[in-house]
Amino acid sequence: MIPVASNLLLTNVDHFPGRRIVAHYGLVQGSTIRAKHVGRDIMASLKNIVGGELKGYTELLQESRQQATDRMVAQARELGANAIINVRFSTASVAQGAAEILAYGTAVTVE
Amino acid sequence: MELIFSLLGWIILLCLLGLGFGVGKYLEAQHYTSIKQREAASLTVPVVTFKQLTDDRPVASATLAVGSVAVSVDYYKRFLAGFRMFFGGEMRSYSSLLDRARREAILRMRESAPDAHLFLNCRLETSSISKGERNTIGTVEVVAYATAVTFADEIHPQTAG
Repeated sequence: MIPVASNLLLTNVDHFPGRRIVAHYGLVQGSTIRAKHVGRDIMASLKNIVGGELKGYTELLQESRQQATDRMVAQARELGANAIINVRFSTASVAQGAAEILAYGTAVTVE
Repeated sequence: MELIFSLLGWIILLCLLGLGFGVGKYLEAQHYTSIKQREAASLTVPVVTFKQLTDDRPVASATLAVGSVAVSVDYYKRFLAGFRMFFGGEMRSYSSLLDRARREAILRMRESAPDAHLFLNCRLETSSISKGERNTIGTVEVVAYATAVTFADEIHPQTAG
């Protein structure tokens, strides 16, 4: 889902398989802090009784990750890069019901 | 009057425990069946944790593949875990939750890149997104991500033949 939305090439290894890196632009990052809303919270607390996947949360976090990635990609594009290597994601709960999603990587130009 | 209320409290607790035990167990069994089926179907495409390709085959494309799932433990298991917190030891009820979540996340990552021949540098990340009562695990999110590599000289094993 992520690579399609951002026509920049992303990998999470420290090189680009099959291509040569010709320029490095350094660290690029994107983050978003999202809170879950009450409707989802009520559904989640019901789902908490029987356990299993909380689809509302899965979607919420996916959207947030997409947004963080988009911001990172925008930053890389500003630098004139055409790929980001060594992408990492990190999630931190900053408050009850709110989470920060961070995406970071190294912007490069590949052949 | 007070007696009625406390009795009602116990009845609700028992109902929640029963619901958690029965439905939770059923849903978990169902989930495991689906996981095992999908894992068996995707066995031909390796997911590895190393970063370098081991041979010099021509690469057609490389993209980031991501899969994630947020899961929560059922009421009965959370109740049991409360006791476990008191005595210490392995919390088996939680290991199955995290095992399911991780395997599901990897499967979703695979499904997000159905044409890949290899998933390079697979990373798993687990984060607790909400805490339950008394600091027990509430909801856990697992993300699996890797670089999906497609080789130029290979027909995809799942579409071949």
